[in-house]
Amino acid sequence: MNAPIRELTYAQAIQEALATAMEADERIFLMGEDIGVYGGAFQVTGDLVHRFGEDRVMDTPISELGAAGIAVGAALAGSRPILEFQFSDFATLAMEQIVNQAAKMRFMLGGKVSVPLVMRFPSGSGTGAAAQHSQSLEAWLAHVPGLKVVQPSTPHDAKGLLLAAIDDPDPVMVFEHKLLYKMKGEVPEEAYRIPIGKAVVRREGRHVTIVATSIMVHRALEAAEVLAGEGIEAEVIDLRTLRPLDTATIIESVKKTTRLACVYEGVKTLGIGAEISALIAESEAFDYLDAPILRLGGVDSPIPYNPTLEKAAVPQTPGIIEQVRNLAKGRI
Amino acid sequence: MAKPVAIMKGDPASNQRPFYAQFTPEQLKEALRRMCLIRRFEEGAEEAYMRGLIHGTMHLSIGQEASAVGATMALRKTDYITSTHRGHGHCIGKGADPKLMFAEFFGKEEGYCRGRGGSMHIADVESGNLGANGIVAGGIPIAVGAALAIKKQKRDDVALCFFGDGATNEGAFHEALNMASIWKLPVIFVCENNKYGMSVSTERSMAVANVADRASAYNMPGVIADGNRIEDVAEAVLTAIARAREGQGPTLVECKTYRTRGHSRSDRNRYRTKEEIEEWKLRDPIGHFETELVANGIATADEVAGIFAAADAEIAAGIEFARNGTDPTPDEVTRDVYTPGIQA
Amino acid sequence: MPVEVILPKVDMDMATGKIAKWHVKEGDAVKKGALLFEIETDKASMEIDASSDGIIRNITAVEGAIVPVGQAVAMIYQDGETVSASIAAQPLPPVKPITPAPRPDAEQPAVIPAASASGRFPATPLARRLARESGIALESIAGSGPRGRIAAIDVRGALARPAVPQREGTDLISVDGMRRTIAQRLTLSKQTIPHFYLTVNCDLTRLSEIRERLNAHAPRDAQKLPVWKLSINDFIIKAMASALNQVSDANVIWADEGILKHHSCDVGVAVAVKGGLFTPVVRAAETKSLSQISKEMRDLAGRARARKLLPAEYQGGTTTISNLGMYGIEQFTAIINPPHATILAVGAGIERFIPIKGQPVLRTQMTCTLSCDHRAVDGAVGAQLLAAFRTFIEEPALMLA
Repeated sequence: MNAPIRELTYAQAIQEALATAMEADERIFLMGEDIGVYGGAFQVTGDLVHRFGEDRVMDTPISELGAAGIAVGAALAGSRPILEFQFSDFATLAMEQIVNQAAKMRFMLGGKVSVPLVMRFPSGSGTGAAAQHSQSLEAWLAHVPGLKVVQPSTPHDAKGLLLAAIDDPDPVMVFEHKLLYKMKGEVPEEAYRIPIGKAVVRREGRHVTIVATSIMVHRALEAAEVLAGEGIEAEVIDLRTLRPLDTATIIESVKKTTRLACVYEGVKTLGIGAEISALIAESEAFDYLDAPILRLGGVDSPIPYNPTLEKAAVPQTPGIIEQVRNLAKGRI
Repeated sequence: MAKPVAIMKGDPASNQRPFYAQFTPEQLKEALRRMCLIRRFEEGAEEAYMRGLIHGTMHLSIGQEASAVGATMALRKTDYITSTHRGHGHCIGKGADPKLMFAEFFGKEEGYCRGRGGSMHIADVESGNLGANGIVAGGIPIAVGAALAIKKQKRDDVALCFFGDGATNEGAFHEALNMASIWKLPVIFVCENNKYGMSVSTERSMAVANVADRASAYNMPGVIADGNRIEDVAEAVLTAIARAREGQGPTLVECKTYRTRGHSRSDRNRYRTKEEIEEWKLRDPIGHFETELVANGIATADEVAGIFAAADAEIAAGIEFARNGTDPTPDEVTRDVYTPGIQA
Repeated sequence: MPVEVILPKVDMDMATGKIAKWHVKEGDAVKKGALLFEIETDKASMEIDASSDGIIRNITAVEGAIVPVGQAVAMIYQDGETVSASIAAQPLPPVKPITPAPRPDAEQPAVIPAASASGRFPATPLARRLARESGIALESIAGSGPRGRIAAIDVRGALARPAVPQREGTDLISVDGMRRTIAQRLTLSKQTIPHFYLTVNCDLTRLSEIRERLNAHAPRDAQKLPVWKLSINDFIIKAMASALNQVSDANVIWADEGILKHHSCDVGVAVAVKGGLFTPVVRAAETKSLSQISKEMRDLAGRARARKLLPAEYQGGTTTISNLGMYGIEQFTAIINPPHATILAVGAGIERFIPIKGQPVLRTQMTCTLSCDHRAVDGAVGAQLLAAFRTFIEEPALMLA
């Protein structure tokens, strides 16, 4: 494979995935608020409207519920829509169509249909957008059988997971962290797919396993680097997909390290870390645990406006370092 | 401003309504047959339910047969419909097989949804029936989406969306109609206004007097039809279908009708009077249509009797088929949540 | 100016010192260099000398007092100096003995014994598995984790070093599950069950006769071997069962819900095995013949020694018989096997002269001591049971009635 590797931002990688998919399959089209000439609130769709026309890059009115339902109907009738939400927080307006319709159609109809749609959600805090524009709701949707939920953490993964999501015959929810859109990374030019439901070990280590999602993968890697200088080797797993969860990779790692920390931005209480903790405790890895399972997640509060508080509301690298160090040293 | 609605032309020579000019006698008798089938189906379902054979609840559309059949009789197999929780009639109108519907009610594998959906989720997507829906107004954006796909695929099919008066107060209704209009999508919105949401009347819950009054807010024609007369409904819908197929966009058709049974099996009918119910029973749509057919020489009294008898027999056979169906087993509880072959 | 006599810092990380002994007292005259007191340190005592001539006054720290380094413990007054009125007037505050602060040791984990009063041992799943797999008991490991939790590192540490420092002249016997269980159960028994003890001497004359006759008349099987060979123990088992049957109030166990009276007399019999003991139970022994009991015991004892008993075979029952007679033990008291209400300790048959109608008669007697759980069995009931047992031993024919 001699395809040149070059750097794209996370947003550019997504755009490339969308363009690649639309070029290959006429049935695919985009819907969203301000995704046309405006280029999308986070400039993800950019100039796609000029390349593919307004018919395939459709600006919708501010009607999240209606748009989500239209996506369902279009998917049932042979098209393959990709709906962009301007902020993941607005998923709340569309919950009826996402949860009651998209997620359940196949099942309620005895397996006779599928709903091949993709919904994309700019997600997470750190831009000062405050409580109603900064949430991480991926765990809510991961709770719903019938949906698939992915969280790419790098430009490379953003392209590969999105292409896989578009291919998938079932509804896939893609959560993109806002702070990652400008992140640069190597992205192969050709089309490739990252399998949905497979986690990846970003860094190997023997002493403690850190399972992280989205932007927390990067903070966990920073923490691992610092801890390595102290002789503590952390193994960092990038979950990539929330539903279905790759428990096998986590189990293998925990059996090796005997200690587990989960780092994620969603609210800690009843979040993805709670699910991972329970899964591990129920699994064969239970007899390998040499410490309680640690969860580092968002605090039990809406995201504050003030920047100091905004940072304090979600895990940051220094906190991760300290907590994981305590875990590795048997202090927890 | 909405364009003026093209008036269906009847046959000036025979002074017939457009309805009778548009359809052949066979098609008209088939329409009566379907109305009878719906009526008997609902009655059969009701009885089976009362005997404890059906799990959950039922939303019967007895009295609304004209709007169901009138709206669907002009549709092709490739046209789509979406339906409501009160959708048995729509399903039969779109060509569903009563025995497979009963099998679904009885929770059997032979049912349309293999026993997983029940009354409120009956669908047959291949025949264009995108399904009944348990969420009020849930099917409205979906129908618009189907219309969007039709347009993208450059088909001249249409999507026909059934919903009730209550649904027009949901946000989804307004969002869907707005988008159908701005994108000029080939969708026909058919509202069966039976005067009540569940127990709250339209007078108490709707800001306008007619659902059709809402059409102008979305720059589309709003047509009122007598929902208990099949010819009224069919003519209005035919006009709307023609409009849609010609690329002129959506129409909102309001069928004024009535359900003589309660909202669901648990309804105690405390919110309306016996007199009101009796008054509407006199305007029975089947009685009206069979009279018209015989009066217009399109069917004989014997033929009509035969149609009723055949409907009886088909329903009885359908129930029998369903009772002998296959029950799913508990180990299959998570089957079909996801498409197999893909990691789930 | 009076000169302060301070407690000096003599070791590098010394914060306090303990006055081990004063060599002077209030009012003594001292020369410079004279020995004033001794400080006790970690290493050895340190002698503290006078730094100038004068009179010792204002001794403020007594022997045994622990004083911070640098604090004055006495004053040396020069000739002619008087205790200043202000100083004399002020009552000197007593030097509070200070408990030494714990040595700060940030990096070493506090090693807390893990066993709590309830006997639970907090341990990580991995530690439990390692302990289980290597046969080391958790209660023998100290946990280094929070709240005394045992972690894998503690288990590995315990495995790496011997449990007690090897003492010269000793061998460490590792303790297996059975021994630990016995240790635990009998400790619990002795600590929680209110034992009382009743003793009788049983005359073995008739029993011996009958036993000999029964054994002599044993039919032969196909291999020409006697179908039974009754032992004294078989008689003891049957006698105990019969006694329990007669004194049914003693056929009980103590349970949380109350006293549970058993319908049948299931008698446990202690069987010594290598490394410990088992008590297989002969069920409904009162209904079984001596030969049946004998046969059953042979089978159970054999399998007990091979450690092939099923739990159902050694659980249950209301009493145990423990016989150390074969070792010549005349009498002993046994510890009740919970949840039984009694245990019978049987000694050897000893020839003694006993008075019968005023004349010394040589008889073989077997001393039996019954331990009873006073919660379930009162003195009178225990006595009745033991009396009935004695009767069945001394008149075995009664067991036929």
